Amino acid sequence: MSLLGWALPGQPWRWAFFALLLVLTVLAVVSLRRLSALDPKGWQVRFATPLLFGFWVLLFWELLTQGYDVPKVLLPAPTVVWASLLQGAPTLLGDFQQTVLHSVLIGLALGSGLGFVVGVLIDRSPFLQRGLLPVAALASTVPLVGVAPIMVMWFGFDWHSKAAVVVVMTFFPMLVNTLAGLAASGHMERDLMRSYGAGYWRTLFSLRIPMALPFIFNALKINSTLALIGAIVAEFFGSPVSGLGFRISTEAARLNMGLVWAAIVVAAVAGSLLYAALEWVERRSTFWHPSIRMG
Amino acid sequence: MTDEAHPRSAFGAPPQGGAASGPAKPVPRRPLGVQQSLGPVLTVLGALGVVWYAAATWLNAPQVIERVLSDRPGWGLADLLPLTWSMERPVLPAPHQIALDMWRSTVDWPLNSPRSLLFHTGVTAASTLLGFVMGTLLGLGLAVAIVHSRTLDRSLFPWIIASQTVPVLAIAPIVIVALGSMGFTGVFPKSVIAMYLCFFPVTVAMVKGLRSPGVMELELMHTYAASASHTFWKLRVPASLPFLFPSLRVGIAAALVGAIVAELPTGAQAGLGARLLTGSYYGNTVQIWSALVMAALLGLVLTGAVAAADKWLTPGGRK
Repeated sequence: MSLLGWALPGQPWRWAFFALLLVLTVLAVVSLRRLSALDPKGWQVRFATPLLFGFWVLLFWELLTQGYDVPKVLLPAPTVVWASLLQGAPTLLGDFQQTVLHSVLIGLALGSGLGFVVGVLIDRSPFLQRGLLPVAALASTVPLVGVAPIMVMWFGFDWHSKAAVVVVMTFFPMLVNTLAGLAASGHMERDLMRSYGAGYWRTLFSLRIPMALPFIFNALKINSTLALIGAIVAEFFGSPVSGLGFRISTEAARLNMGLVWAAIVVAAVAGSLLYAALEWVERRSTFWHPSIRMG
Repeated sequence: MTDEAHPRSAFGAPPQGGAASGPAKPVPRRPLGVQQSLGPVLTVLGALGVVWYAAATWLNAPQVIERVLSDRPGWGLADLLPLTWSMERPVLPAPHQIALDMWRSTVDWPLNSPRSLLFHTGVTAASTLLGFVMGTLLGLGLAVAIVHSRTLDRSLFPWIIASQTVPVLAIAPIVIVALGSMGFTGVFPKSVIAMYLCFFPVTVAMVKGLRSPGVMELELMHTYAASASHTFWKLRVPASLPFLFPSLRVGIAAALVGAIVAELPTGAQAGLGARLLTGSYYGNTVQIWSALVMAALLGLVLTGAVAAADKWLTPGGRK
């Protein structure tokens, strides 16, 4: 169904288009109001309402961009994005491999691992904690993604430099959360461990790290978003001929907005999947925690 | 949420809504005075400086040896050190080189010259602040609408929470190109990007904050026969202030990142992001580092201003 340009002045079907929009608006408002008035206990209702909202947004986006014949540079219709997604699938798959599988996952693992290890090490020294925590708090207010050009200079154009940016961005959140998590076990539990004759390492692995897991997963979830942002932005500074950030910046410069939007869809889906995977592992490994037990 | 160093709200990470993440876990607070942590912080920074100079020597040594010292037989460490710390285009500039470059580029040029670092800082700060104001207003408006409309709460709010897992910054080139084709250039498109990075944390935190009054308080207002607007202004708004300021800190830091990144894809002429980009094109490492340090300082000043506003405006004076 093509509505291209129907709503433009002087078109014969103009009034029919407005009538259609009006009817659909009323339908959208009524359906959303009725659905959200339902009892939200069941998961079906909780998921159905935002999904319906998303459906209406997409529908209006499609109708308005087609009806007013909005230039694709400004905003391509969802169907145009979908077509570019299918058409550009092989390219985007390569970009996904470059950005997500290499830069993001490797950088995320290295940066978070480093933050965790340093956190465990300086947990034994109150002096270093007092010195490093304020520095880490300052680091949160600093646009760390700006290290990207330096990393590109040091580690070259390939994914190594992007992974390095991700390491820099993900280190401090993990450090702070590890320290907070290691302090989460109370004196009672620690005294109990001591009365069992457990040493530092035994207490660390049997009590303190499990107690720190909710904090660590919190940091991992924060870091998963930061890692994608870091990898994509670092690619704006120069990259080989693939990568989601590279695709977005070069195709935007060529005004090929369908493919740009398709790359953003891929990035969004990758981000959500990464987050969902972390959430799944968290539920599996911290099943004892009150927040998850209650469901 | 009164803890300044709350890990859930730090690091540009949005204070997450209840549905998408675990519950807010109380973080054990270690009260630290400034005097108590000054010594350790200075020690850490001092150690960092020593490591930096050592790394500068290590990373720059190969180039220095190849270019300068190779035709000077019998050179020693005393020759090597000063040379590695004063290269024209070092792999890693020494801290004093960065400081010197920042000093020169702020003092030697008038404020309106594109060679002045302060000029570029001002450009970025302008789009950050404009975006921050727009984003805060949008975030507050959305939060008020969501708290008062069940429909928006059920249909729009889940999307706002879900969008926190998505790298929204990737849309920056689109916004620049789309607004550029409509004739908007300069500060406005950049502040639009800063705005949409900034409004998410504000919305999520304010929905939480406006809902923080319990049943008891709401029923008390009800027994006073308070109207909806009275309940809003006298109960919900004051109760939400402790949630507002941490989210504003996150928001202004996010707005700064947005403004800097917005200067990248179009090859903007001015701003700290443009400075980073030209530095990386011409291999001018000292310029990159001084732009980076300037961006860090700007981030500290902006979040410091929000923290100061917090101390001023929050009744009872949070410590």
